[in-house]
Amino acid sequence: MAKISLEELRKLREQKQDALQKRDLAGKDSQIIVGMGTCGIAAGAKTVLDEFLKVLDEEKIENVAVTQTGCMGLCYVEPTVEVIVPGMPATIYGKVDAAVAREIVKSHVIGKKLVTDHIYDRPSVDIMKA
Amino acid sequence: MAFRNYILVCGGTACESSRSQQIFDNLKLEAEKQGVADEVQIVQTGCFGFCEQGPIVKILPEDSFYVKVAPEDAHELIAEHIIKGREVKRLLYDKEKAAKHAQVEDIKFYQKQFRIVLRNCGFIDPENINEYIARDGYAALEKALFEMTPEDIIEQLKIAGLRGRGGAGFPTWMKWNFSKNVESDIKYVVCNADEGDPGAYMDRSTLEGDPHSVLEAMTICGKAIGAHQGFIYIRAEYPLAIHRLEVAMAQSKELGLLGKDILGSGFDFDIEIRLGAGAFVCGEETALLQSIMGHRGMPVPRPPFPAVKGLWEKPTVINNVETWANIPVIIHKGGEWFSKIGDEDSHGTKVFALTGKICNSGLVEVPMGTTLREIVYDIGGGIAHGKKFKAVQTGGPSGGVITSENLDTPIDFGSLVKIGSMMGSGGMIVMDEDDCMVDVAKFYLNFTVDESCGKCMPCRIGGKTMLGILEKITDGKGTMKDLDTLTEIANTMRKASLCALGQTSPNPVMSTMKFFRDEYIAHIVDKKCPAGKCKKLISYVIDPAKCKGCTACARKCPVSCISGSLKQPHTIDQTKCIKCGTCIQTCKFGAISIQ
Ligand SMILES: Cc1cc2nc3c(=O)[nH]c(=O)nc-3n(C[C@H](O)[C@H](O)[C@H](O)COP(=O)(O)O)c2cc1C
Ligand code: SF4
Ligand code: FES
Repeated sequence: MAKISLEELRKLREQKQDALQKRDLAGKDSQIIVGMGTCGIAAGAKTVLDEFLKVLDEEKIENVAVTQTGCMGLCYVEPTVEVIVPGMPATIYGKVDAAVAREIVKSHVIGKKLVTDHIYDRPSVDIMKA
Repeated sequence: MAFRNYILVCGGTACESSRSQQIFDNLKLEAEKQGVADEVQIVQTGCFGFCEQGPIVKILPEDSFYVKVAPEDAHELIAEHIIKGREVKRLLYDKEKAAKHAQVEDIKFYQKQFRIVLRNCGFIDPENINEYIARDGYAALEKALFEMTPEDIIEQLKIAGLRGRGGAGFPTWMKWNFSKNVESDIKYVVCNADEGDPGAYMDRSTLEGDPHSVLEAMTICGKAIGAHQGFIYIRAEYPLAIHRLEVAMAQSKELGLLGKDILGSGFDFDIEIRLGAGAFVCGEETALLQSIMGHRGMPVPRPPFPAVKGLWEKPTVINNVETWANIPVIIHKGGEWFSKIGDEDSHGTKVFALTGKICNSGLVEVPMGTTLREIVYDIGGGIAHGKKFKAVQTGGPSGGVITSENLDTPIDFGSLVKIGSMMGSGGMIVMDEDDCMVDVAKFYLNFTVDESCGKCMPCRIGGKTMLGILEKITDGKGTMKDLDTLTEIANTMRKASLCALGQTSPNPVMSTMKFFRDEYIAHIVDKKCPAGKCKKLISYVIDPAKCKGCTACARKCPVSCISGSLKQPHTIDQTKCIKCGTCIQTCKFGAISIQ
């Protein structure tokens, strides 16, 4: 990308806002977002990320983007993961290990069923929407 | 097929103890009975951070938040909400009541947290500038560069009433104004990311989760004061934060949001990273600037203040990471918006790193004026393992303890000072009945004695002497006169130390002595440590009535100081015992106790 002008920045913001809202990342309509702050990584977020990629590959699921984010503040239940699938509420899972990651793909992404006992609430509403 | 509704039942410890399991079972039963079992999924979740109002049930996608739900309510919830689609008003959380803390109108208040600084942490990919831009990133910079004069920018900070989050709480606009008003061809902007407080990690998490917010804010400051160069001073112990900053800076430069002629405005601004070796004193602003210039990190007397004469004798604005992260939002939404959040004394929010003996440790961001009780019990879920709350240390090694008496004090700059603690950077360490307050004071003082740079006498010698006295007390050799000596040295250190490290390091001692004087006296007069922490003052004893003579403890003891024959009560040789506590954990019969 080259340097942009004010106009281009505004255009870029609009475009990306749409994409972020629809969560439409390069044609993928679902997203698995792994919390990769120091706390998450120390609790094993890297293994979890790898497991997601592995299971999605095994199941030949191609509409799910796996991305990273920072700390959500739920350090006591790290690693944390947010799962966004169309038609389902955006869900935050905590205490996710490789086995739970596998379960999330099988049950939440494929079966459209929440995985019980690992759901946590986002600690705050989003001020961008307020 | 996806479900029509999802019912989330809190399965956290607090709600569990108020029959949330029963609620869960009843809901399943009712869904079954009323024939909607395959239209709703009912799941158990972790703590919603609202335990005081538990048990909590949340129904999606409507986002209805039900509190104090009883198992008997299951029938109505299914019949009304799920089948007829009408919320059960009686059980909904009263949003009006919660609105008293933060007055920004249209926010759902059942969540006590309000995130300005952490607005993007956990939402965006910090290594993708597009996601930051999509969430109004660099919109404040646009405004600052094209629509605002330096005076306008500073005026907005003044209206906002933003005060520094690095510890001292100095009004940010004033600092910027000092620098702006000094004539100088070269000026600097510095971000203090040294974060040396034990237990604090909010600055690290902010940089890891949202590095662009700091870059954007520093550039805005550059425009406001007329600086073209910024430095971020960050400890080398934060490799991930450094990496994310480097990625963010590279991406900003590529888009021309950093560097020459930003967005075609003609304004230049660049930022460099400086790594610190991780000395606590290097977080003190004058020492930090020395360190950036390549000197040994030691404080120098103020005035002149950095805002007037800082790096290479040039005007330098230095702010804390959290202070910076607030600025793009203030410029974008306006100072007025910001000034409505919080209480009268302090505006905006504060991020705390909640750690220690708490159920839900983590990063929390709350409006100023929230009470400690809300943080500990609602957000933190209360004290871990059902123990009793004793105190919270705020302000790290410069602060003091807050006891249960003051749990309802609003947390803001003024109120904390009034009760003898301080905001500090935002570490919040929760202590329970098992913590010895003399030991806690010793821990913090030990830290500051280690970290003192040694430049001035009151801090270098005073701290060490005070530590020696505390050790004497925890060894059971203290006298009542020692308490007076501690106070005397503390007063001298407060008055005569050069920097705030020395001036504030007696605070934990003075504060624990004030609120827990009886514990000091127990150590000195009774030669006892009530919490059972100070090794020299406790002994492990076996109750012969309870001991079955199983020999388990004797086999585990690392120094073999337990003797006795099989099926006969055992005894511990106190002269050899190292008080490691292994035996107490081993005994299945609860025969060993601390005395
Ligand atoms: C011993 C000592 C350590 C400090 N450590 C930090 C630190 O780690 N981070 C920080 O932002 N401020 C720290 N400060 C406060 C800074 O001196 C300074 O007040 C602050 O960076 C100003 O920024 P603010 O106005 O945005 O709060 C420390 C002060 C002292 C005396
Ligand atoms: S008060 Fe302590 S840390 Fe500060 S300059 Fe003096 S010796 Fe150094
Ligand atoms: S345990 Fe249910 S809200 Fe905390």
